Amino acid sequence: MSLLEVVNLRTHFATDRGTVRAVDGVSFTLDDGEVLGLVGESGSGKSVTALSIMRLVREPPGRISADRLVFDGIDLLQAQPQELRALRTARIAIVFQDPMRSLNPVLTIGRQLTETLRRHQGLDAKPAARRAVKLLEMVGIPSAAKRLTAYPHQFSGGMRQRVMIAIALSCNPRILIADEATTALDVTIQAQIVDLVKRLTREMGTAVIWISHDLGLVAGFCDVVNVMYAGRIVEAGPVRDVFQRPSHGYTLGLMSCTPRVDLVGQPLTPIEGLPPNLMEPIRLCPFLPRCRVSVGACASVLPPARAISPGHFASCHADLRAHWRG
Amino acid sequence: MATSVGTRAEEGEFLASQRYEGGMRLAARQLVRNRAAATGLVCLALICLCALLAPLLAPYDPVQINLSAKLRPPGDEYLLGTDHFGRDVLSRLLYGARVSLLVGLIVVTFALSIGVPIGLIAGFLGGTIDNVLMRAMDAFLTFPPLLLAVAIVGLMGPDIENVTLALGVVQVPVLARIVRGSTLAVREETYITAMRALGASPLRIVTRHVLRNTLSPIVVQITIVFSAAVIAEASLSFLGLGTQPPQPSWGRDLADARRYMADAPWLFLAPTAALMLAVLSINFVGDGLRDALDPRAWRTRRRRAGRNERAV
Repeated sequence: MSLLEVVNLRTHFATDRGTVRAVDGVSFTLDDGEVLGLVGESGSGKSVTALSIMRLVREPPGRISADRLVFDGIDLLQAQPQELRALRTARIAIVFQDPMRSLNPVLTIGRQLTETLRRHQGLDAKPAARRAVKLLEMVGIPSAAKRLTAYPHQFSGGMRQRVMIAIALSCNPRILIADEATTALDVTIQAQIVDLVKRLTREMGTAVIWISHDLGLVAGFCDVVNVMYAGRIVEAGPVRDVFQRPSHGYTLGLMSCTPRVDLVGQPLTPIEGLPPNLMEPIRLCPFLPRCRVSVGACASVLPPARAISPGHFASCHADLRAHWRG
Repeated sequence: MATSVGTRAEEGEFLASQRYEGGMRLAARQLVRNRAAATGLVCLALICLCALLAPLLAPYDPVQINLSAKLRPPGDEYLLGTDHFGRDVLSRLLYGARVSLLVGLIVVTFALSIGVPIGLIAGFLGGTIDNVLMRAMDAFLTFPPLLLAVAIVGLMGPDIENVTLALGVVQVPVLARIVRGSTLAVREETYITAMRALGASPLRIVTRHVLRNTLSPIVVQITIVFSAAVIAEASLSFLGLGTQPPQPSWGRDLADARRYMADAPWLFLAPTAALMLAVLSINFVGDGLRDALDPRAWRTRRRRAGRNERAV
């Protein structure tokens, strides 16, 4: 049985102008220790998917439904608020995009670290402080003990994200969700943070959902990748398969607008146009207006998920074999 | 930073023993380092001390009439002179502080204990609850504060408890509005979502995180409410609606003094000075508190840290 099973997850938001289908039928599974990449542009529903799994979407205006949303035998849709609170961070943890704003500015780093430990692990003040020092050292913050009394504004963005990771991993969760955890950081720090998460989650056997719009990061870190567009997963499969044999027009588009070291000097091809309005019902492939490889069938039928190779699926009519590498 | 402490483990031990929740201590230190706030704090402490120890400090009975010593100028016998009944101005000032401070304190406590929860609930929950609560507060806000006080006193009789109640009621919606506004802003912060992601309950989020981040505007408002209450009590007493004679009150005494302004200026100078000192001190302390409660406004941490090291 999978650690996390998501079948047909839908998260809709009621607004004054209509219902926004932010996540519209997402399905995937995550096994123990597996690293899953969730890629797509802004507004494709990656973050809402993550928040829905944590049940952190405000309801209302949000409404979450799914055929199955089960973590380790617990039905997340039926769980009571107390159950969910006990689950959060203790068993499923999340690191957010903006480390500058994820920490309470008026509380010390130590307070924020120990609060979680005391809440979820029932530690007393002193053992919690000792453990907090260990955690800060684990994420590579020098003279950790002294930093406990520091305030978030005295930390750089990278250090704050390290603290967030320390907090997220403090209770040894089964799943770590990194929601664009490195996007707000500069490139060198980004690499350090990715390495850190990679190393720690491997050591602890934590499964990771790595949300990013950086294909390079996902390629280097993840076992499996899900490509999201307009609230749906349009292509999914083992990282190697998806990147070598992209089988959806959107994946192909994403790849041709990603800079590559081996193709320096070649112009990047941007994806023209804007993502679709998520208030309108989707009858055809949502990527069709922006697609450069569309075929005749695209104008009449919504493409079903099609197996490209074992474990590799794409919802696309077009045959992209000409674009495959190797 | 030089380390006199040995290993990291020991360091952790050391810090753990110090209790890392030293935030409040650091804030207090910031407050004291702020010169204006420190001065205000000392003045306020002195005024409070005077009020508390009035029976011990006052050289005379504040209500004892002595017509043979009326309108004496400040001098050896009567440090601040006497009024038209021959009552000692200094003694009346000391006892008057009790009224002013008590009214201020009760008004603030009343407004806080009702206004802050209303604001937090309205802001955090939003929706219909927010609407109902805030429209009720709006209704209260439509009354001119002093007139409402006059009306309540008119209905229930002129006495200091009614004045206090009236002034407190008037301040509730002001505090509720301010707290709600800050709560709305704080509620949308990423760290509140992060707190939820950490498994914190809504009650805990509100009491530990939202409230803490709305403290600065609350503190500022407290000082405004406090000064306003002290002044309003004086105004109402001046109008004869608050403290009743012969009880001493700064406002009451000011009202009496206006008839002798030309002949005995010390009569109005003394309560005026006391009033000004009290209100200014409170405002300075409030300003200092606001900065001290926001770690981001602590500018001189490094210097202070250096100083500590030398001290150790």
